[in-house]
Amino acid sequence: MASLLRPCRVPRACTRSYSTAPSASTRLNLPIDYKSTPLLHHTSSSLSDVYDLPGSSTSKSMNLYTAINAALRTALSKSNKVMLFGEDVAFGGVFRCSMDLQTEFGSERVFNTPLTEQGIVGFAIGAAAEGMKPVAEIQFADYVFPAFDQIVNEAAKFRYREGGNAGGLVIRMPCGAVGHGALYHSQSPEALFAHIPGLQVVMPRSPSQAKGLLLSAIFESNNPVVFMEPKVLYRAAVEHVPNEYYTIPLNKAEVIKPGNDVTIISYGQPLYLCSAAIAAAERALGASVELIDLRTIYPWDRQTVLDSVKKTGRAIVVHESMINFGVGAEVAATIQDGAFLRLEAPVKRVAGWSTHTGLMYEKFIIPDVARIYDAIKQTLEY
Amino acid sequence: MSSLRPLPRRIPRIASLRTQPQSRLPSSQPLYASKRWSTSISQRPGSDRVRFPGAVNSKFTTDMSFINPLESGSIPTYRVMDSDGVLVDKTRGRPDVSNEEVLTWYKNMLTVSIMDIVMFEAQRQGRLSFYMVSAGEEGISVGSAAALTPDDVVFAQYRETGVFQQRGFTLKSFMSQLFANRNDTGKGKNMPVHYGCEYPRTHTISSTLATQIPHASGAAYALKLQALQNPDKPPSIVTCYFGEGAASEGDFHAGLNIAATRSCPVVFICRNNGYAISTPTLEQYRGDGIASRGVGYGIDTIRVDGNDIFAVYESMREARRRALSDGGKPVLIEAMSYRVSHHSTSDDSFAYRARVEVEDWKRRDNPIIRLRKWLENEGIWNEDLEREAREGIRKEVLKEFGAAEREKKPPIRSAFEGVYEEITDEMREQMDELKRILETYPEEYDIRPYEDGIKGL
Repeated sequence: MASLLRPCRVPRACTRSYSTAPSASTRLNLPIDYKSTPLLHHTSSSLSDVYDLPGSSTSKSMNLYTAINAALRTALSKSNKVMLFGEDVAFGGVFRCSMDLQTEFGSERVFNTPLTEQGIVGFAIGAAAEGMKPVAEIQFADYVFPAFDQIVNEAAKFRYREGGNAGGLVIRMPCGAVGHGALYHSQSPEALFAHIPGLQVVMPRSPSQAKGLLLSAIFESNNPVVFMEPKVLYRAAVEHVPNEYYTIPLNKAEVIKPGNDVTIISYGQPLYLCSAAIAAAERALGASVELIDLRTIYPWDRQTVLDSVKKTGRAIVVHESMINFGVGAEVAATIQDGAFLRLEAPVKRVAGWSTHTGLMYEKFIIPDVARIYDAIKQTLEY
Repeated sequence: MSSLRPLPRRIPRIASLRTQPQSRLPSSQPLYASKRWSTSISQRPGSDRVRFPGAVNSKFTTDMSFINPLESGSIPTYRVMDSDGVLVDKTRGRPDVSNEEVLTWYKNMLTVSIMDIVMFEAQRQGRLSFYMVSAGEEGISVGSAAALTPDDVVFAQYRETGVFQQRGFTLKSFMSQLFANRNDTGKGKNMPVHYGCEYPRTHTISSTLATQIPHASGAAYALKLQALQNPDKPPSIVTCYFGEGAASEGDFHAGLNIAATRSCPVVFICRNNGYAISTPTLEQYRGDGIASRGVGYGIDTIRVDGNDIFAVYESMREARRRALSDGGKPVLIEAMSYRVSHHSTSDDSFAYRARVEVEDWKRRDNPIIRLRKWLENEGIWNEDLEREAREGIRKEVLKEFGAAEREKKPPIRSAFEGVYEEITDEMREQMDELKRILETYPEEYDIRPYEDGIKGL
């Protein structure tokens, strides 16, 4: 085969010649360095403080898909009510999140389904209604829409209509852009779910957050949870994750970096972009920026956000999916309602443009470090 | 969707209702609207069969017997030539197709196969983001498309490169789409292999599964109405391709059922290649394959050997004839094959199936080798012609590969174009804001590959 295609001469371009690499003078839109980002626990020393674990607890360095796998293993061991199923789950899943789980826990509780999202979610609702704790996997968030009727009209309304609940239900799905997913492997439809009362919508930013939030979703929530996993982080984000069982509450946002002059509210992968933009802005503009991870997108922790904005007087909301009728609109409206007199600048939104994620245009459509940096600068200079 | 149909404003004139005094009508119960009012189905006294609206010709029986699908045999698989490229039924005539035509099919299959090898390797080298081969299924796509007219409309999934090849999609068009360059009619918006063509009309591939199946039914109904409204127009059909995995989606069932009830001239072709990514057919469905579903929906159905291009071609030709008969009706073809390739460049199938299984299939049967044997048996093909054809195709593929890879990408404004018929005010503002960002931070973006650079926004 090598004789057919001459290898390209520039080794760098060979890794991915279809996506253009930044130039030598690029300062902001550099690839995220997950090995040094302050958002990840690169050592185990800080873990026990953060997660309220005994000092004797141990941890292991793992990426996001391994952490999801570890959380699912913990859940399947802890309760025989937990079930795990979806398309291609048996061999480990296309993103490896269910690796070895069928072997360990048997094909009664961990299994492949036919290719039918509406069937997967409907089946999960039925199992939850009879007391099980189904964890249903949708292969890509882009493919959840056949299940929309089941999620919106059934899961979300189950308790309201009959008093019982389908609260053991967790619907997991990989989401977000990866650079070349185009129209159907890039979407992040959290705003569509966040519009529906009765659903909890969660998006973790890191392996250790994912484990705690997923265990919380399975064991501590009696509401159906839509659990969205930023797929670009599956392999990229590596950090220490506690080995033992722990949960992170689904009603608390987290201030992941304190600051005084402007608050950035985000969730999921864009937090890494925010962190890089903040570092650049603090260096270049001498500003102090606070960064908040919503973690649970709905129902959301409004108090933490309002307290922060009342302190800083400025706010920027960052998310990857389209700006129109997005999470940013809800957060911005809540801020102007709850902190109007403290605002020194309009609440700014940095989000995907109001279009689809065309293959060749992703980098122009979704937020990047430069756009977030620019928003910080504009908000401070307003 | 709703199970409650609207209450008719007036009491319908049903024969059985007329005999009853109005006062005996239970006022609290809704009256269900039904088309069967006009057909006045009723049970005749003493009849040996049921005439319920839902089953108008079912005999009464005193034998309480459940149907166990395992007890009835499998639907047979239609075959014309065996794996040695020899006519199975010596009493029938040769397939009704010229040697010249068959050679075209063969070269089209070779082209798809060679392009697959080149592009798979190109993806591995990082020169394009994604690719899907159709190895082992070239016979289904080329053979079925050969029985279509250019006016027939195609809705495909993502493993029917041979359909595009057989319908005249050029190597330049393939490569322009794969490299998402400015000559791509999809304007660089879609993932590789999501081809589309204005004429012969072949709608652009969507990654979503089975969504195209109801589209095909609706499109076929449109063609049927248009033919009625304009008798001068030559009658045409819709052909819809999908895999056996997609047939588990609700859209498959919706699409077939609505095609049957509206008598749509559409041929559904299921490529049953044994795997939906990792999921084998045993975990995908029970019962006799996808063909049995067609029977359930009251659709003319056939199962064919997908490695036998003649069987595929003949079935498709007959299916097309049937689709246009009796004022239009749907037909289902289940074409059996084996996915010898990985699902896509993102998949390593040896994580869920044995390498030996794949090698065995590759060696034992393959639509290209089978047709080559036929051609050699006919004395119109040999080793020299094979080498010459392969070298010629490879050279042509690589030439278009190089040209397409060097070509500019479409202008950046394509990111916004096509969402609405016209750019909205909001989008215009967003485009201006993007332009400001690109101009304020020029070192952060490489816009050189895009046609007209910043002016292309």
